[in-house]
Formats: sequence, C-alpha cells, structure tokens
Amino acid sequence: MICVWSLIPVVWCGLASLKSSEELARIPATLLPADFTLQHYIELFTRRPFAAYYINSLVVSSLSAFLCVAAAGLASYRLARSPKRFRSAVSSSLLVMAFFPPIVLLFPVYEIIRMFGLVNQPWGLILPYAALNLPFATWLLTGYMELIPYELEEAAAVDGLGPFAIFRRIVAPLAMPAMTSAFLLVFIFSWNEFMFALTFMNLESARTLTAGMATLSGAFSQEIPWGLLAAGVMASTIPLILAVFVFQRKIVAGLTAGGIKE
Amino acid sequence: MILPYTKDDAPMRKARGIVRNLQQAGWYLPAGILLFLVFVYPVLRTLVLSFLHVNLESGFQPVFAGLSNFGRLVSDTRFYRSMQATLVFVSVSVLLEFVLGLALALALEQLKRSGRFFRTLLLIPWTLPTAIIAILWMWFFNDQYGAVNDLLLRLNVIEAPVAWLAQPRSAMAAIILADVWKAFPFVLIVLVAGIQAIPREMYEALEIDGGTYWHKFRYVTLPHLLPFIFVAVIFRIIQAFAVFDLVFVLTGGGPGGKTETISVYSYYTFLRYMDFGYGSALVLVLAGLLALIGWTLYTLLLRHYEPGR
Repeated sequence: MICVWSLIPVVWCGLASLKSSEELARIPATLLPADFTLQHYIELFTRRPFAAYYINSLVVSSLSAFLCVAAAGLASYRLARSPKRFRSAVSSSLLVMAFFPPIVLLFPVYEIIRMFGLVNQPWGLILPYAALNLPFATWLLTGYMELIPYELEEAAAVDGLGPFAIFRRIVAPLAMPAMTSAFLLVFIFSWNEFMFALTFMNLESARTLTAGMATLSGAFSQEIPWGLLAAGVMASTIPLILAVFVFQRKIVAGLTAGGIKE
Repeated sequence: MILPYTKDDAPMRKARGIVRNLQQAGWYLPAGILLFLVFVYPVLRTLVLSFLHVNLESGFQPVFAGLSNFGRLVSDTRFYRSMQATLVFVSVSVLLEFVLGLALALALEQLKRSGRFFRTLLLIPWTLPTAIIAILWMWFFNDQYGAVNDLLLRLNVIEAPVAWLAQPRSAMAAIILADVWKAFPFVLIVLVAGIQAIPREMYEALEIDGGTYWHKFRYVTLPHLLPFIFVAVIFRIIQAFAVFDLVFVLTGGGPGGKTETISVYSYYTFLRYMDFGYGSALVLVLAGLLALIGWTLYTLLLRHYEPGR
C-alpha cells in the first residue's frame, strides 16, 4: 500500500510523459497512454537545452563528489589517527556545519564565486558542493578509517613506504566501501541541489537539471506544457532511480552510518 | 667534534618538528580550504553584513547600521508570518514522517525477506531531486489538469475542481504532503537499522514470559529505538526548518505569502529586493534558532541516553 503511494507519482508521470499533448489536455484524464508517443522526449532534447542541463549536472555532480571524497579521505585518515580529544572536537564542529542551513551561506559564497569569476562556470558549483558535503563525508569516512588496524600501516612503514604512499596504497583501498558510499551520496546530493544552482548559474546553457527544469516550468505563463515537463521529470530522475536499485546497499549503509554515529 | 653537532641539534629538531607539523597540516589542507571558503568566511561575512546597510537605497555601499536590521526584524510582520508558516510546516510534516516511518519500520521488520525489496522501493522518493518532483506535485494539484482533482471528482468527494495551491490551507497541506512523501523513507531507514540492532534474545526472553506484541514493543523495541528516533527526528527538524526547494517551486510562497517559509523569505530579500544587510540579519536569526533547537534536542538526548548506559 505505502509502496504504491511512494511510487505512484513517478509511475503516473512516466505514463503521462508518453501521452500526446492532446490526450493530456483531455478531461477526464486517461490513465494509460492511448497513443504512445516519444514526442516530448524528442522535443526536450532538440528544442530545449536539456542536453546541456544533463551534461552540466553530470559534470558538476561527479567532479564535486570526487573532490569531496578525496579531500574528506585525506582529512579523515589523519583524523582517525589523531588523539581522541582533537578528533571529537573536530567531529562536533563538523556536525554543526553539516546542519547549517544553506541559505545562510548562499550570498557570501556567491560573492566569492563572483570574485573568482566562476559564475556560470561548472567550478562555481563544484567547489561549493564539494565543501557543503565535506562535513558529512569526513564524518562518514572517519568512522570507517578508525576500524582499519594500525598494524598494516606499521608493516608498510617498515617496508619503507612514506605516509602518503601508505594512504594511497593501503588505507584508501581498504576504505573503498565507505568511500563509494560517500561518493554516491555526495553525487546524489549535488545532482539534487537547487538553491545554489539557481543562483549561481543564470545562463541557460550553464544550468543544471534542477535549476533548468524549475525555470522551464516557470517560463510559461499561459499553457503549461505538461507533457514536456513530465518527460523532463522522468529523464532527470531515471538515472537516480537506476542508481538506487544498483547501489541500494551502499546508499543505505552510508545513510545509516551517517545518521546513527553520534 | 661531537659537541658542536649536539649544540646545533636543538634548532634542527625544532625545524624538523615544524616540517612535520606542516606535513601533518597538509592532510587537512584541501578540506580546510574548502570549509573555510564555504563555511567559515561566509558565516563571518554574514555577521558583518547584518550590522550594515547594503541595499539599493545605500547604492550597495556598506553603511554602518548598528542594530537597526535586527530592530526592523522585530516589527516585520512578514517575518512573523514566515516564522509561523515554517513552524506549521516543520511540526506537522516531521510528526507525520515520524509516525509513518515508525509504523512502517515495524511492519517491514515483520516481512523479513521481502522487507529489503520494499525498502529499496521506498528509498526512491528520498533520492529524487525535490525541485524537480515539486513540478510533479504542482501538476497533481493543478485545478484543471491535476490528478488529485480528477480522482476526488470521480470518487464524488468534491463536486467541482478545487484550486489547491490557490488557498492558504490547502497549499500548505500540499507542501506538507509532498515533503512527507519524500522524507519519511529516511526516518524509516534509520529506524529499521535501529530495530535490526536489537538483540533477538530480548524478544525470546519476553516470549517465554508470555509477553504480548505490545509488551515487546513497549519494553524492548521502544527503549532500544529511542536514540535512533531522536537522531532521525533531529535530522528532520533541522532539515525541514531550512525548507526551500519545495516551497519555492510549488507555491513560491503564495498564496498571499501564506506558505512563505523563512528560507524563502530570506532568498527573496537577498535576490529580489537585494537587501543584503537585512537578509543577513534574517538568516542569522534562522541559524540561531536552529542552533537553539539543535542544542536543546541534543542535550535532551544525552540526558535521556547517558544515565541508562
């Protein structure tokens, strides 16, 4: 029952995206598409800059997830090997940052981005997204790195590996499960972020999917092209739905580890 | 020959110590730079801005304002209205998410094997982009083409199409419904993890003593689950307080500003009215309020949890 309730909006939207515009305007509405058509999807990619949104979202989300996990990985390894007092002090300040309402940061970050000339540039979103998710990622990874036994590193040090080589060749591979979880979650959060994307990207060609779709829906004052919007919703959410099915275990692991560790 | 060497050793050691410290700092450098640029500096900048007038009137030249931004806040009815909308949104939606999440977590636990599959399905709404799903809700609640009207008309619940998003109460209800749809799976997942951490023997012991399902829930599940409930609810309250995407896309704060939450009001103050000083005062109040709520809930959690351990 509840699963139906959770999925019905998405399924409905998927069906609607395949109906013709005439059918969508029909009252009463039909459930299954009477004449199956892909016209909305075609229009989305040919007459709208949807392909650009898509590429922007992909680039921004994957690079910010990568940068975030890399920076968090380095910091959390040192953190996991540092005295407990220091570690818990850092953890609690990270916790405060993770809960910070993003609206507080929006305007000053915009000033910085503008100062560096990054407005409408992918890096103008990549850097903020990596930073916004950093507290969460560091928190997740530190918990995991604490579990990696010291002995392995000692053995590697005896073999003459430097600290960074130890991290890269021994610790990072062992922490891979947690890093994958963190990567996936940061990717999803970046893909879904709206406020910064809306504010920092004001050129049509620089927009990500969330900002692009929202402005697309607001761009029509009279007749709202529901079919086009439905196709857009489906096209921008399908990758995430697939990712949930493929990586469900990793995502749940990340969410619960992040949510439960105190 | 040896003596001068040891004499020089102290500064050498000091230099080596500094190098080691620098190396140590290197590990934190990328994360530190990012956090400084996106958290530390912005918070300080917002603090400074809140004591300045930086707006159209001042020609965007900073003019010292003292506490006047905060004074304006006290008599700003729109601020109070946005506060009220936020509080209604947070309390109703988090309560519903908690009830649904708990009920379903208990139900999924009964299902055992297939529970995992359902959990995956339920995870989907949580991972989808709110701003985009809000477009979908906008469509559902549309008076002419919306599925909600269509369904209710067919079931004869309503006689004429209702413009859900055009009336304050139903618009708020629509926002809450959309938020519950998205966020209760998060509560569910945290609680399922909590339930799975409970040792089976506890239930078996109760079963031997002839405990009913209610007894199991009351004396085993609930006490064990309490910290998880706290964490999930704190998470949700803090996130819901800062709600932006959903309101911005679904109603834009309308009708008549009745669904305008504090984040949305702040956003308009910054980007529509370009009043950066006053906007900073607004977001600081939001941050302060959240800090207060977070701190209260956290100490409550500690007080409840620590003595028992």
